[in-house]
Amino acid sequence: MSGQTVSLVMAGSGGAGVVTAGSLLLEAAARAGWYAYMTRSSGPQIRGGEAAVMLRLGTQPIASHDDCFHLLVGVDWQNVGRFAAEIPLGPDSLIIGDPGEGEVPEVFVRSGAQQIALPMKALAKKIPDGRPNMVAFGAIAAMIGLTEDVVVGVLRDTLKRKGEDAIAASLAAFRAGVEAAAEFPAVPRLPAGKADTTERWSITGNEATGMGALRGGVRFVAAYPITPATEVLEWLAPALPKVGGVLVQAEDELASINQIIGGSYGGVPSLTATSGPGLALMTESLGLAVAAEVPIVVIDVMRVGPSTGIATKSEQADLNIAVYGLHGDAPHLVLAPTSVADCLFTTQWAVHLAESLQTAAIVLTDQAMGQARAVMPRSAAVSFIGQREKPAALAEGVQYKRYANTASGVSPMAIPGMAGLMYTADGLEHNETGTPSSQASDHQAQLDKRLRKLTGYHYGDHWADITGDEDADTAILTWGSSAGPAREALERLRAAGHRVRLVAVRLISPVQPEQFAEAMQGVERVLVVEQSHSGQFHRYLRAQYDLPRQVRALHHPGPLAVHPGAIVEHITQWS
Amino acid sequence: MDACVKQRDYTAKDYKSEVKPIWCPGCGDYSVLAAITRALASMQLAPENVAVVSGIGCSSRIPAYTSVYGFHGVHGRALPVATGLKIARPDLTVLVTGGDGDGFSIGGNHFMHACRRNVDLTYIVMDNQVYGMTKGQASPTTEPDWEGSKLTPDGAGIESFHPLVVGLAAGANFIARCSSSDPNNVADIITQAIRHPGFSLVQVLSPCVTFRPEQLEWKHMVRTATVDVTDDAARAARRLMTDDGFNVGKVLYKGDRPAWQPEPKGVAAVAELEADFAL
Repeated sequence: MSGQTVSLVMAGSGGAGVVTAGSLLLEAAARAGWYAYMTRSSGPQIRGGEAAVMLRLGTQPIASHDDCFHLLVGVDWQNVGRFAAEIPLGPDSLIIGDPGEGEVPEVFVRSGAQQIALPMKALAKKIPDGRPNMVAFGAIAAMIGLTEDVVVGVLRDTLKRKGEDAIAASLAAFRAGVEAAAEFPAVPRLPAGKADTTERWSITGNEATGMGALRGGVRFVAAYPITPATEVLEWLAPALPKVGGVLVQAEDELASINQIIGGSYGGVPSLTATSGPGLALMTESLGLAVAAEVPIVVIDVMRVGPSTGIATKSEQADLNIAVYGLHGDAPHLVLAPTSVADCLFTTQWAVHLAESLQTAAIVLTDQAMGQARAVMPRSAAVSFIGQREKPAALAEGVQYKRYANTASGVSPMAIPGMAGLMYTADGLEHNETGTPSSQASDHQAQLDKRLRKLTGYHYGDHWADITGDEDADTAILTWGSSAGPAREALERLRAAGHRVRLVAVRLISPVQPEQFAEAMQGVERVLVVEQSHSGQFHRYLRAQYDLPRQVRALHHPGPLAVHPGAIVEHITQWS
Repeated sequence: MDACVKQRDYTAKDYKSEVKPIWCPGCGDYSVLAAITRALASMQLAPENVAVVSGIGCSSRIPAYTSVYGFHGVHGRALPVATGLKIARPDLTVLVTGGDGDGFSIGGNHFMHACRRNVDLTYIVMDNQVYGMTKGQASPTTEPDWEGSKLTPDGAGIESFHPLVVGLAAGANFIARCSSSDPNNVADIITQAIRHPGFSLVQVLSPCVTFRPEQLEWKHMVRTATVDVTDDAARAARRLMTDDGFNVGKVLYKGDRPAWQPEPKGVAAVAELEADFAL
């Protein structure tokens, strides 16, 4: 990662206010001119329960967490040990704990990190309505170089509805933390951020997905709530009506996908969002959208599976169902954003492609990027807007061929209300006019057409993010949220003199053999990186592409993220 | 051209396609198809502004047999498709056609929620108390002691589903029962159903002469209901729960709930929503 960064965690039991403090810290960092990346982990409780916010702040946009955290602040330690695997620490790390809240859990102590006592509760008690989380906030701010004027502004804006007393109490607790941290050992201090020349956003991946949908032209959404996709819907629900659309909460995922098929058949670009269990329920009707050639977009914010799995945590293991889950030969689009910011572009592109190609598009994001919040440069508007080819009016007596066997495979699609072009959309195999047919020749012709429209389309450079060295001998092949740590690994490897290229695949299906071969030019060895127990992406690449001779795979299941250091280690120790 | 000037008068034939139905001779669904085309003609709806949506089953083949816009989807999901279509395109007249298996078994959850949601749809269920397309299995409306299926040789053994009672309880805004043996009456009921706002449920007793040949007797068993339409759900429920299922030809319940149609609130540019994120 170019630029300087600092990584820290705030953890505590329910009610400790670590999520609030983390959000304030992110907001303050943004105002200080820094970039930020924040993820959260929480216990299984519906409400309350232990929580941890993991933040990485820096002078440049940030794509992933670091290998280790510099600082862990435990407002208290109740059950926080559960998150230990997600909070890697080392001998250079610092742990701040409140001596009144018990010992630092052994699992953290084992890291060899230096321990510092900060009596957050006692300090807070001295202040009327003072809270320990604000003391923690103050200590962290002092340690990383966040100035008080920025924090005052954030507290004023965030707490203005709670009144002056609340602001004063928070500020006093914050100052107590600043003061207490004066003699604390150093963690990386960030230099003052640059004057705000670029427009920046604070946005989650799920919000970015929603924004991408709207930019792409989606105006109808039907969906059933599911963790961790619900925030996509909760952002869209009030946003859609403002731009002339509607969102319906459906009775289940079967209804969700069929409602959007209905809306799209009516001519309105339509989308649903779900997670793995919902995608499984939707697969039959995904096939309907493919066969009837009705454009739809399905967002799958992946979580740990199978079955209910770990609903609140991330994994990249829905690739197989997304690519292969449909019955019959059902070519469709599968796309995956490569970062929080890219949730916007990829969703918008997916809408554009689904509309242009009249088929189903599945977008695979995941909990890690969906629920991560990033302070990032504003996402520039791009011109991908959903546009369907519509038929011209026909002469009287000429029958409209909805599924005309065109050269491109895309057949102009009539919309109800258009006179003289009435047809029946059908999941039954059909001939060119849409009349059901069980003839082998019609089946072959329609299969060919539905495949041709996808394989013959020119997807341009967007199929993958390719960065790194022109003369690379090594490539990292990855997708989805694993692209973040892979980007950072690439920078570290290049800085150490390795010639490496990163290919983060955005268009999973249909495959792009020519572009892929070009991306592999000169590459002798490939490391495939993903977060799946069985190595789904690795197996997919092996099945679909000609890979260089030396291929290794770095893959493990969720919820543990892939770390940049692990990628670097695999490549530097390749022998 | 003045949009208000109708180019011509539509006849029932104008709503019928040239696709030949796959149905058995004597199937009740022929009459229902004829009734739908007559209803549309009686309302003089422009074919391009009407859509017929269905799932899977013998009666679900109807869209292709009409000349309006049609959608023939997967088993049990006709109501969600129609719901999405009507919400996205409130200007269209949307009919849903299907059978008792499609609607009350595999699509049962959607049936309940479509009644409850009360989107302005007309749902025509051709009830023959059997799965015809898969060659004769018990459906939710089949009598528990019917032994005609190899799949349930001793009878299904469970009480039959009462679609109108369930529909009423779930919130359907219009409930009627008719018989395919009287297509003019079916056409009249469908016309009323289309005109009534909200979710309209029309059960048509439509015999399966192949797998339930005893249903040929239905035309002698049905009788015109002697009760008048009510807007009192409790009274309608009592009537529906006590009749034998052969009182036909009448609208049994008309509620006054307005149709549910979420409305877009504005015409803001998408860029205006960026304010949510801007620092």
